[in-house]
Amino acid sequence: MSYPEKYRYAKSHEWVELDGATATIGITDYAQSSLGDIVFVELPKVGQELTAGSTFGSVESVKAVSDLYSPVTGTVTAINEPLNDAPDTINSDANATWMIKVETKGADDLSSLLSAADYEKFVSEETGH
Amino acid sequence: MTETANIMDALPLRKTALHATHHGHKARMVDFGGWDMPVQYKGLIEEHMAVRTGVGIFDVSHMGDIQLRGPNSLAAVQKLLMNDASKLQIGQAHYSAMLYPNGTFVDDVVLHKLGENDYLIVINAGTREKDVQWVRQTIGSMGGLHITDVSDYYTQIAIQGPKAKDVLQKLTKTDLTPIKNYWFTWGEVCGCANTMIARTGYTGEDGFEIYIPADEATSARVWGEILAAGEEFGIMPCGLGARNTLRLESAMALYGHEISDTINVFEANLGRYCKLDKGTDFVGREALLKVQEEGGPKRRLVGLEMVDRGIGRDGYPVLSLDGKVIGEVTSGSPGPFIKKNIALAYVPMEYTELGTEVAVEIRGQGVKAKVVPTPFYKKPKPASAV
Repeated sequence: MSYPEKYRYAKSHEWVELDGATATIGITDYAQSSLGDIVFVELPKVGQELTAGSTFGSVESVKAVSDLYSPVTGTVTAINEPLNDAPDTINSDANATWMIKVETKGADDLSSLLSAADYEKFVSEETGH
Repeated sequence: MTETANIMDALPLRKTALHATHHGHKARMVDFGGWDMPVQYKGLIEEHMAVRTGVGIFDVSHMGDIQLRGPNSLAAVQKLLMNDASKLQIGQAHYSAMLYPNGTFVDDVVLHKLGENDYLIVINAGTREKDVQWVRQTIGSMGGLHITDVSDYYTQIAIQGPKAKDVLQKLTKTDLTPIKNYWFTWGEVCGCANTMIARTGYTGEDGFEIYIPADEATSARVWGEILAAGEEFGIMPCGLGARNTLRLESAMALYGHEISDTINVFEANLGRYCKLDKGTDFVGREALLKVQEEGGPKRRLVGLEMVDRGIGRDGYPVLSLDGKVIGEVTSGSPGPFIKKNIALAYVPMEYTELGTEVAVEIRGQGVKAKVVPTPFYKKPKPASAV
């Protein structure tokens, strides 16, 4: 498992990278590994308004369905369309596979999120090893 | 991201004799019917494909086994189970079920005729206690009958796939070719004498299930020898995840999903295994005769294929095209081999015709699906000898 330090992490297992006001969001390496073979993603429409903590879509493995939660508040400006046809890209490299870009209103959106080290600790506590 | 799949209450979990072996393979474990079982090793899809195109092995030791012996054992089996056991020869097995008096399911089973007056009923893991109790309650007072729960005597390993025979043949001198589907024999396997070798399974492929001594050392050794023998065929250990998608592509029922104590035999489309006219009464028969007299079931299990984008899952509502709830998905998943999103679902009879369009409600949205023939997958017929 790897968790790049440049990202911030939600306890609901999404990563976010903030570049100016633009947040790029994906799911963590731990999330893809727990899900197993990902076969389906459902992403929002460009223009959709998200609030931090609200669902923006879902990701499905053969066995399970998981909701995706936005770590930030803002407007969806782009979705990673190719994921609709190749959702397994997420399994191959979750850290490099973004799902949506959100234009945030700036400021302290990320303050409640975890650093890479804290997220790793959170995951190990959650899984008990 | 939050798991929305069901997570069962944590009770002390039971372990098979291969538990440590699964951990050695770094399998991901889940609670299945009270057992700590591998859900996947390397990956569900890879494991599924190995069974369809090569060979895979499964630890199915969590399945229960009840042995019935004695001069009254046939009479007992005939009263307890819906299929006609008088048709079985020694070394033959068939699919059957234990029913409640109202014609719904206690459990589905595979009945093996081990010898004259000697039967083995293989039952589901999650229903084991209930089943054993039901058997004792239903036929326990009959004389000339020994009922033994032999579930803990065996490690049961399923070797499944088009290459299953090639793998197992390397490990036994017993000629496997003459064993027909749903027949079994005994032979030495991996040095274990008198091993029951059955040409049965739950994957829709050719394959075998072997019953070896349940001690940990023997179980781990045999498991390892099968994997080594299968290496040249790309064998993979397979978890319950692949077992479920394999049985779903083959449209085989799973207790608690397609069959339960609220679903009767005709609704489940299993009438062909229910012999109302076998000449002896059995539990559930009267109720099923009444269902027949009244014109058959009002709803039936059908296969659905998603037409629009989406995966219908267990428990999702089935809707008519005008948005009315008409039924429920009992099992739904992507079919890794057939590469379609499929489901089994109960719908009213007027929606059972092939090609009928319905919708599955997925997160509040009706997603179009259609009724298709089952099984969704049929194994290719072997090339006939020239």
